[in-house]
This record gives sequence, structure tokens and C-alpha cells, in this order.
Amino acid sequence: MRFAVVQFGGSNCDRDVAYVLNDVCGIDTDLVWYKEGLSRGYDAVILPGGFSYGDYLRAGAIAARTRIMDDVRRIAGRNGLVLGICNGAQILAESGLVPGVFTINAYPKFICRPAYLRVENPKNPFTLLYAGGEVIRIPIAHREGRYIPPSAGRTGTLKEEYVAFRFCDPAGNITHESNPNGSFENITGVLSSGGNVLAMMPHPERASEDILGSSDGKRIFLSMARFIEENS
Amino acid sequence: MTDFLVRITISLKEGVLDPEASLIRRALENLGFPTGELKTSRQFLVRFHAENADDARKRAEAMCERLLANPVIHRYEIEVMK
Repeated sequence: MRFAVVQFGGSNCDRDVAYVLNDVCGIDTDLVWYKEGLSRGYDAVILPGGFSYGDYLRAGAIAARTRIMDDVRRIAGRNGLVLGICNGAQILAESGLVPGVFTINAYPKFICRPAYLRVENPKNPFTLLYAGGEVIRIPIAHREGRYIPPSAGRTGTLKEEYVAFRFCDPAGNITHESNPNGSFENITGVLSSGGNVLAMMPHPERASEDILGSSDGKRIFLSMARFIEENS
Repeated sequence: MTDFLVRITISLKEGVLDPEASLIRRALENLGFPTGELKTSRQFLVRFHAENADDARKRAEAMCERLLANPVIHRYEIEVMK
């Protein structure tokens, strides 16, 4: 089993993710510069957080149109796992690999703090080690994280099967107050129709060891590994 | 082939929240300029070669579809200025 973490110009969580995968989870992982492409047979690809291309135009817009994204699409097309974290999530949305878009926060400032998430859909490859409805704590750090589903505006909607995580309060209630960025229906983790692509704004790699205050995020990576083991 | 100057304006679709606009509106109000409405948009002035004005418009549309606009939240207007 081998994972790839893609590095774009401006990625800055790439090494954190690779460290957690290699050293904390024991999953063999390569850092791959975007120009190199993903020619090796990777079981999973992770697009890390950061500010690819300086967030110019829209966060993730430029990276989404680089050639390596054709490789990512191909891997997703043959049911490989693709996880986008923060800027990676924005890239996946801009690529159309998950529905909707992550755009500027309802109050347009950068938010960096821990957040509570409710696991809405524990039957996908990324969350199978969580219980449905489980509340986990993973930090967020973004200015463009407000999720808007397709057919934008007041009429937008997203089927429940696409929702992986929602912002919630510590007790798991989905409230206005627990929605830090104004995301549609508190949604902050979005799956593809096949369930093998996940775009999430929170940073699980920053919550993968107890010394960091939470290890709740680690199970996302371990879920991916378990899924691959069981399906290979 | 002729040189065309094209103005592309990208704005938010009706009903999509514009957080920057709300904040700017509040700042204007603090300066003594109450406003009934304020919207932001982004303008690109692009110069390129095209066969004719129709071709220039088509190319500009393609730029919007491929990169400049996100169809989930944006609409765009194209003005071929020559």
C-alpha cells in the first residue's frame, strides 16, 4: 500500500501530512511535486493544505487546472481514494471531483481554531473507523471555507449521501453558533458520488497525536488504509 | 487575425452571499455614506487575437467556463471592445 501527498507551489501542510502517514500511521507515503505526475500505482492521493498559487483568482482554482489533476481524476475514476484537506478540498471542488464550492467565509476573515465535527456518514472509506453521529475535534484554518452546494443561492441543496462532516457543538448539535464560516447546513466534509473522494476543510493531520490536543483526525487516515486492505 | 480587447466581468449570482460587500457597505456607512445596495465584481481586461468579434466573444466565454468563473456561484458578462 502506498499513498502520495501532492505538493503544489504554496502547499504548506504537505510535510505534516506525510509525517503523520509515514511516522504516526505507518503508511508508506511519497511526497510528489505536481510536475512529476502520479505515474506510480498509488492506492490513495492526498491534496494537502496551504495556499497553492497564492490563492490567486479563487482558492484552489489554479491548482485544479494543472496536469497532475488529470492523474488524480484517473485515480479517482478507478476507485482509488482521494482526500483533499483545506486548500486540497478547495482544489477538489474547483476540479468538480466533489460537488459545490468552498468560498470566502461569511465573516470574511481567516479563522484558525479547533472545531467540533459530527461524523454524518460512517460508511465511506474515510470514516469507517468512526461511529455514525460521533463528535470529533479537528482544527480549521481558512478564509475560504464556506461551503456552497451546486445550484448556488437560496435554492442550493446537497443529498445526505454526499455529506461526511458537519460543524457542531461539543454535544453534537448542528447549530448556527457552531458554524464558524457560514457553510450551507454546517457542511464541511463533502464526498463524491462514488464516495471515494473526500474534500474537507478541517485539518486531520493537525489532530493525529495526543500531544497536539486531539488524535481524532488520525482515524481518517487509518480508515483509508483499512478500506484499501479490505478491498485489495 | 485581429487584435481584440475584451472586458470580462465576473460577479456573484443573485442570492449568493457577498461578505466583502457587506463589510465595505458598513465601512462606507461609518464614513457617512449609507447605501441601499453594494455588490462586488471582478473585471478582467484581456487582449488577444481572434478571427472576428464573434470569435473573440467565444474565446472569452471559453476562458470563463474553463477558469475565470466558477459556475456554482458566478455569472459573467463579456464585452468585446475591439
